[in-house]
Amino acid sequence: MTKAFLSGNEAFAEGVRLARPQVISIYPITPQTTVVERLSEMVENSSLKSELIHVESEHSALSCAIGASAMGARTFTATSSQGLLYMAECLHYASGGRFPIVMMNANRSTALPWNIYGDQRDSLSQLDCGWIQVYVEDAQESLDMALQGYHIAESPLVSTPVMVNLDGFVLTHTYETVEIPNQTDADRFLPPFQTKNKMSLDNPKNLAFSVGPDNNMEFKYLQHKAMLDSKRIIEETDKKFAEIFGRGYGGLTQGYRLEDADYILITLGSITGLCREVVDELRQNGEMVGLLKIRFLRPFPDEDLAAALGSVKAIGVLEKDISFGYEGTVYTNVNSVIAKNGLRLETYNFIAGLGGRDISRENIRAMFRHLQTGGQHVNFIGLGVSIDE
Amino acid sequence: MIEIRWHGRGGQGAFTAAKILGAASLIDNKFSLAFPSFGPERRGAPIQAFNKIDTKVIIDRSEIKSCDYIIFLDDSLFSSDYLKDLKDDGLALINTATPEKFSDFSQIQSIDANQIALKIIKKPISNTAMLGALASISDDVSLSSLQQASDLYLSTALAAKNKLILKESFEHFKEVR
Repeated sequence: MTKAFLSGNEAFAEGVRLARPQVISIYPITPQTTVVERLSEMVENSSLKSELIHVESEHSALSCAIGASAMGARTFTATSSQGLLYMAECLHYASGGRFPIVMMNANRSTALPWNIYGDQRDSLSQLDCGWIQVYVEDAQESLDMALQGYHIAESPLVSTPVMVNLDGFVLTHTYETVEIPNQTDADRFLPPFQTKNKMSLDNPKNLAFSVGPDNNMEFKYLQHKAMLDSKRIIEETDKKFAEIFGRGYGGLTQGYRLEDADYILITLGSITGLCREVVDELRQNGEMVGLLKIRFLRPFPDEDLAAALGSVKAIGVLEKDISFGYEGTVYTNVNSVIAKNGLRLETYNFIAGLGGRDISRENIRAMFRHLQTGGQHVNFIGLGVSIDE
Repeated sequence: MIEIRWHGRGGQGAFTAAKILGAASLIDNKFSLAFPSFGPERRGAPIQAFNKIDTKVIIDRSEIKSCDYIIFLDDSLFSSDYLKDLKDDGLALINTATPEKFSDFSQIQSIDANQIALKIIKKPISNTAMLGALASISDDVSLSSLQQASDLYLSTALAAKNKLILKESFEHFKEVR
């Protein structure tokens, strides 16, 4: 184990190196580019032995990863924003084909207006494409989830691709101290990829085929069931990771000061750290507040949420997303858990950080005040124009 | 927590300086973040870079609102409005060949960093000279850690010269103060 001062992207590249992917398909897009730059350097200086394929678009990047995965290779690619959207067709091919690709997505706003800064509208708009989606908080979790991502995706019970989401710039381009595990421990955690779902001259089979109405629904059900089963694999993977590396992340969600909390803020990604500091500050004033970080959006942690929110007065969902014409998508998902479980509590949505807008400590204090005083359900934070409602 | 903002132009090495400072903090067993002003990169355009340094892990990634130090790599980027962003005991460091222009401001320390850089690397790249100056006026980072950290972000030949710049600037600034 060594300590290094790395950006989120560089940390993720180190995690990919330790996972020893056999094929990496790359196409640059800001703010993802430095991940594939670092990986190219690693291949060039032989610290990573991998087939690096520089393709002509994101659509091709994922198509290439699908092809390599169909040969039984461990594969990696990365993207962001419009690049992810350009991949949209292939996202479904990868998950439907049950190819356990790991892809890093640098969360970035979507056009128009054109903007390269961070928000989560790119990946949240792709929740239904059948990929496991995890959102990480810092550079260490980025590196660690590159390794955990393969462990989850390649589990025979799961066989589903994993998208690891890093907030653009605030995480991808921020340098901080990261522990880089040694290769021996990484190999102990992540054995080589083995699958029966591959092309083989010895055992020829048809992959990526057509299925009509007679069987198609069964395929979709099995895809859904694999995603539900992945919840257990995600928990087990984190436990195994903690045993080997001495740190874990709690699986699908990670709570903070939830004990006897009346007011809970639900977060995603890199804003969680600042929210935790505000929870500490308010707790010192005797306010009964807590925080729940959702790590996995798919599979959705409904049991975890129901258990954590049982005796709470109000919750707020903070997300860098808006589903135009309704509310934030994470909020919709959380409210469904509350309705299904008959929980009696107030829920609020805080839409913040769109197009890279800063989310300040004072913004977060105001969110907790809103939970306590009540008010409008869907709130835009730091908006510069008036809202008539 | 110590909060630092760098002002430079694309190509002057403001973010490299922030990374070296951040890595030096790691060598000093402290925690730090280093991040650039986000967005498209263009040579010559004004850019900013930031450091947060603390004795505990830093989990607040929000923008820096008030600074312990503001460091200008280029005096053409200076505006007295920026001084409002300094904490009460904060300090601005400015690279300038005309210190008299800034002598009215008690919160400004001037240094002719270009001259030191020109002498050693024959280019007016002032980032490491400004780091040396910072080490000499602040207890928050040491010269030796900055020199060690230079190896991480600069090529071997360039690191050796920049270590000289760091030392010369550090000593020069100790003297003039």
